[in-house]
Amino acid sequence: MSDNTHNLLNVKKRYALIILVMGLFVFGFLYAAGIFGDHDTTAKKFINLQQGDKPHFSFRRAHAKGICLQGEFFSNGSLAPFSTSEFFQRGARPFIGRFSTAGANPLAPDLAAPVRSLALSFSSESGQRWRTAMNTPPVLAVRTPDEFYQQLVALRPDPATGKPDGKKVKEFFAAHPESAAFNQWKKDYIPTSSFATEQYHSINAFYLIDPEGSEHAVRWVAVPQASAQPMASNMATGAVDALQIEVAQRVKHDAIRFDLMVSFASRADDENNATIIWPKERTTINAGTIVIDAVHAQSGGACNGINYDPLVLPTGMKATDDPILKARGSAYAESYRRRARESLLQKKDVGANQ
Amino acid sequence: MSNVSSFPTSVKLMHWISAILIICMLFIGVTMIQSLAVWQNSAIKLHQSFGLLVLLLVFLRLINRFFIKAPDLPSDLTYLQSFAAKSTQIVLYALMISLPISGLLMRNAAGLPVSFFGVFDLPILVAEGIKTYSLYREMHGLIAWSLFGVIVLHISAALHHGLIRQDSVLPSMLFKFRSRK
Repeated sequence: MSDNTHNLLNVKKRYALIILVMGLFVFGFLYAAGIFGDHDTTAKKFINLQQGDKPHFSFRRAHAKGICLQGEFFSNGSLAPFSTSEFFQRGARPFIGRFSTAGANPLAPDLAAPVRSLALSFSSESGQRWRTAMNTPPVLAVRTPDEFYQQLVALRPDPATGKPDGKKVKEFFAAHPESAAFNQWKKDYIPTSSFATEQYHSINAFYLIDPEGSEHAVRWVAVPQASAQPMASNMATGAVDALQIEVAQRVKHDAIRFDLMVSFASRADDENNATIIWPKERTTINAGTIVIDAVHAQSGGACNGINYDPLVLPTGMKATDDPILKARGSAYAESYRRRARESLLQKKDVGANQ
Repeated sequence: MSNVSSFPTSVKLMHWISAILIICMLFIGVTMIQSLAVWQNSAIKLHQSFGLLVLLLVFLRLINRFFIKAPDLPSDLTYLQSFAAKSTQIVLYALMISLPISGLLMRNAAGLPVSFFGVFDLPILVAEGIKTYSLYREMHGLIAWSLFGVIVLHISAALHHGLIRQDSVLPSMLFKFRSRK
């Protein structure tokens, strides 16, 4: 009798043990997956903030408005001693690119955007890939993804006025003195009348890996060959798609060309800090010419399916440990996953007619 | 009726290596897709390489099954219990195969190859396309969560056999560390 009770108790304990072990296992997995809320700034949190309350289905959550490009990169071979990448050996390789304007609204007027971008996805015959997403500012205002998140929160338009709260913006930048270079650029920057006459910066630094295996930290900028024209006064009040219309007309007459200027860090530069502009004296090499010879609407265009993740690098290149560069991977992937799912399910909103 | 009580060492070894790899991969997978940390990019690359390794291991285990004698399930199991045991195994294998393949295809549909520890790239198997990407991306997630669910069943059942029924099932997959007396 007592032996029986003992056995029963034992069995109960054993069941309890199984439930406890399995419970912990399941809880651990759900916790890792973020089911109980985010323990950090996550990709999901970032994209939720960027898309706002009314996401534009099947569009990118950042830089939603853009136009597809097609062209070739003519490498002159001068970077070959510093990188084994196929893309820097002498020769031409095709790319699918995209000009875009900052913001989550695919219907926003082109000229209202504070930032313009050039993204490129290069491919080589042997199957190598290189993607880069470049912006008009040469630097970022902050160093880490958490601070960048706070920056987006501070710059978010107030629902009442439709504009960012000046006090919050001021407070944010005062708390982040490292934003000085960015704010100086913002003050000095004069938008031009064309996507084709802007300078587009890699912002983050990358390593080139030479044939001996040594790493060289670099940043690059696409410098336009066409000379910039100040914005015509009639343009500022012009069409919503002013920049897209301009670039489509321009490319009919002649290809749009950029020189790819690659600057090398010195020992004094921190390649993991994208808030500081490197001095002009740094060795800079013209790696070749980016030639755009056709543009297409992004809806149905070849660039629409591409996630311009700057961490897609060929052999002979490597990402630095810049925390914002490394954070771009999962944030871009989250945006890509959402709009891909909406494309698959053919979810449409007002922006989809664009 | 086989007369062995335990799985051969080759089976045990591959089972436990797969178990560790797959459980790590599931935890890293759900964490890395949300992480903005500096290690995230390396995790993605390792995830792809290890995914391929797990796939190879699964095929190796399937082939190995033809050459080994598996111990029988205890004879006192009900029909339903032995059916559950056998079907769980089939589902486990189906998920272990489809999980890495969906991962490979989602990356291909995004226009990118899968690299095996940077040594070589696998050929691209499907054409680039955002809808195809979404299909494989969502499948990859669903299969991962299903696999986790089936693994929970699998471990629960193993513990039930080992701790409650105390039959031959759990020991048949364990290594015997005690020296023979």
